[in-house]
Amino acid sequence: MSLASPFSHGGAPRIALVGNPNCGKTALFNALTGSRQKVANYAGVTVERKEGSFTTPGGHRVQVLDLPGTYSLRARSPDEEVTRDVVLGRFRGEAEPDLLVCVADATNLRLVLRLVLELKMVGRPLLLALNMFDIAKHRGIEIDVDRLSAELGVPVVPTVAVRRAGTVDLLKRIDAAAEGLEVVAPGTGNTWHEPSAEEVRATHREAERIIKLAVRPPTRPDTWTTRLDTVLLNPVAGLLILLTILFFMFQAVFTWAQPVMDGIKAGFDGLSAWINGTLPDGLLRSLITDGVIAGVGSVVVFLPQIVILFTFIILLEDFGYMPRAAFLMDKIMGGAGLHGRAFIPLLSSFACAIPGIMATRVIDNRRDRLATIMVAPLMTCSARIPVYTLIISAFVPDRTVGGAFSLQGLVMFGLYAAGILSALLVAFVMRRLVWRGTVEPFLMELPAYKVPDAKNLVMGVWTRAKAFLQRAGTTILSIMILIWFLSSFPGAPEGATDPAIDYSIAGMVGHWLQPLVAPIGFNWQMTVALIPGMAAREVAVAALGTVYAVGGGEENVSALMDTLGHSWSLATALSFLAWYVFAPQCASTLGVVRRETNSLKWPIIMFVYMTTLAYLASLATYHIAASLGWA
Amino acid sequence: MHISSRPAAAPAVPDTGRTTLPADARPLSRAAKGEVGRVVRVGLDGVIHDSLNPEELERRLLEIGFVEGARVEILHEGLFGRDPIAVRVDDMRVALRRREAEAILITRWQPDGASPAGAALHVIAEDTRP
Repeated sequence: MSLASPFSHGGAPRIALVGNPNCGKTALFNALTGSRQKVANYAGVTVERKEGSFTTPGGHRVQVLDLPGTYSLRARSPDEEVTRDVVLGRFRGEAEPDLLVCVADATNLRLVLRLVLELKMVGRPLLLALNMFDIAKHRGIEIDVDRLSAELGVPVVPTVAVRRAGTVDLLKRIDAAAEGLEVVAPGTGNTWHEPSAEEVRATHREAERIIKLAVRPPTRPDTWTTRLDTVLLNPVAGLLILLTILFFMFQAVFTWAQPVMDGIKAGFDGLSAWINGTLPDGLLRSLITDGVIAGVGSVVVFLPQIVILFTFIILLEDFGYMPRAAFLMDKIMGGAGLHGRAFIPLLSSFACAIPGIMATRVIDNRRDRLATIMVAPLMTCSARIPVYTLIISAFVPDRTVGGAFSLQGLVMFGLYAAGILSALLVAFVMRRLVWRGTVEPFLMELPAYKVPDAKNLVMGVWTRAKAFLQRAGTTILSIMILIWFLSSFPGAPEGATDPAIDYSIAGMVGHWLQPLVAPIGFNWQMTVALIPGMAAREVAVAALGTVYAVGGGEENVSALMDTLGHSWSLATALSFLAWYVFAPQCASTLGVVRRETNSLKWPIIMFVYMTTLAYLASLATYHIAASLGWA
Repeated sequence: MHISSRPAAAPAVPDTGRTTLPADARPLSRAAKGEVGRVVRVGLDGVIHDSLNPEELERRLLEIGFVEGARVEILHEGLFGRDPIAVRVDDMRVALRRREAEAILITRWQPDGASPAGAALHVIAEDTRP
């Protein structure tokens, strides 16, 4: 083999990290790149692409790609297809990696050695990083690094990603490789092909043979995982603990975020008020305050919830609890055709569908993930509460039924239940009727528990927050400005008596849509209010205030309640509630779906199916109520 | 393309090459919590499984560590229908549904490691190498 550097093409050397799930690959990636990383999607697929760069002690600037975890190059999911195609250098739009660094959990080598043997066949420069080497040592696992390297035919370097000095050896290797020294397995021709079952068995035997020669089993095995699992995977206690964790998490997202969200809202309101006092009345002022500031505000206001939710998710993931939770929930979620991991996104969606949809990243299988994304907005989010409260207090009498239950409370409960049931039903239809055929097997490793690393946590949360602000921010902001435009143009003529919104495009569309919504008992004022109400569900309250010209908007809710109580029938009110259970009245959610699925198709499907459901539900509600004499 | 050593279309005697299964071999899916066994065969010969095609399921099980000769122990069971199951496979833990565990045949574990079943199977596996 030539001694030329594998990095001899002149540009910045490109390294790709490959490894089993849970091997600490992302921790190593974080340790190497620090905050110099970028999260995006791979071209044309929904798989997350994490790239970063760093400068070695020898002064070489290196690009590093963190590939999705896999047990084999024989890809089973879109994530693993990305890993396979990048490793093979055939992913369109991705440069070929100059060096593959296979990351292994030193305490659990059995499966990764087979991956190393497979990677060897690809014929690219290759290096094996034995990560968590300190934990292996602590357990008394003795790894003969030289022997391992000799038997594998691949250079091996121990690393400890969570410690500052833990990557020194790896960096030295990369420097030496850049100097042209033969410190990594050299590039040869690609002889990889998809292995058959017999070939998998054969490589497995070879890996076993190497382990017997080079690794002495632990003298102090990890008993903590066994002990914790006795409790955490106990069929009854385990489920109770899971529910407690979920309850706590939900409470945190719901309540801890509130003061910060109020603060952010107050800040943006204050900014609007200041601009209102500074700029003369006119289009520019309206664009800045009602369009841009309201738009940016409506994005930023979700940030506290996203930060709190992802803090929990990353903690649970790093601890190793996530696969256990999926294990406990598999049977329950499986009834609706959803994956065990879908419960966290769905639960989070009770606070807000936006962090919930972002949290679907914990689901590996694409169809399971899409099904979860599509039903998440059916969970009753907190933005529906002001709308529900307004209508219920205006129309449902405040009395007790059955001795102890408040009728208003029961209606509220019914609305929540309707959301949950319809989500399960839609998921069932999607997974069992539309995407029939292969049921993904539930087959996952239960990794050893690990103490989460603070630095990884901070970086993980920061990455999520940044991605949300950058990508969702642009989509959501542009939709907000569009809604502002529709509600403001053209302006009211001179001497107009009706609210300005009546003369705008939104007003015209509302009047134009009127015949369409007459069968579900909506009047034109409601239809008009639904258009600015697309900005966020709770905006509908203020919008109704605007079209009914009730001064004070949100603050003067009791005046609005009176007006609605006089101008709507009970059937119309119930129909409006049914509409809000299903309707996609939230531009931000559609924006996030656009970002998370990396396509326009899914937000459109979501909009269409939810609007259809809303229309049918309102139609049924209105006619049933009317037949009961409530019209 | 690799040609499987087990002919796909041989319904009467589906498995002439691998008939040396021990008498007590049974699917992992029927094992109860606490049971310890040795894997003697992975893969459903000719049986159509409702999740994946048999060859794909076999490879996935192999890739996550269910190989012939591995020691398995049922650690935990789910609440409903005792499903899914958490299994210790050699020195790691894997969760799977009983439906997929049907494709794994186990025999009683013999602690010395020289289980005749395991040894016999090892020889057979050698013979079927492409």
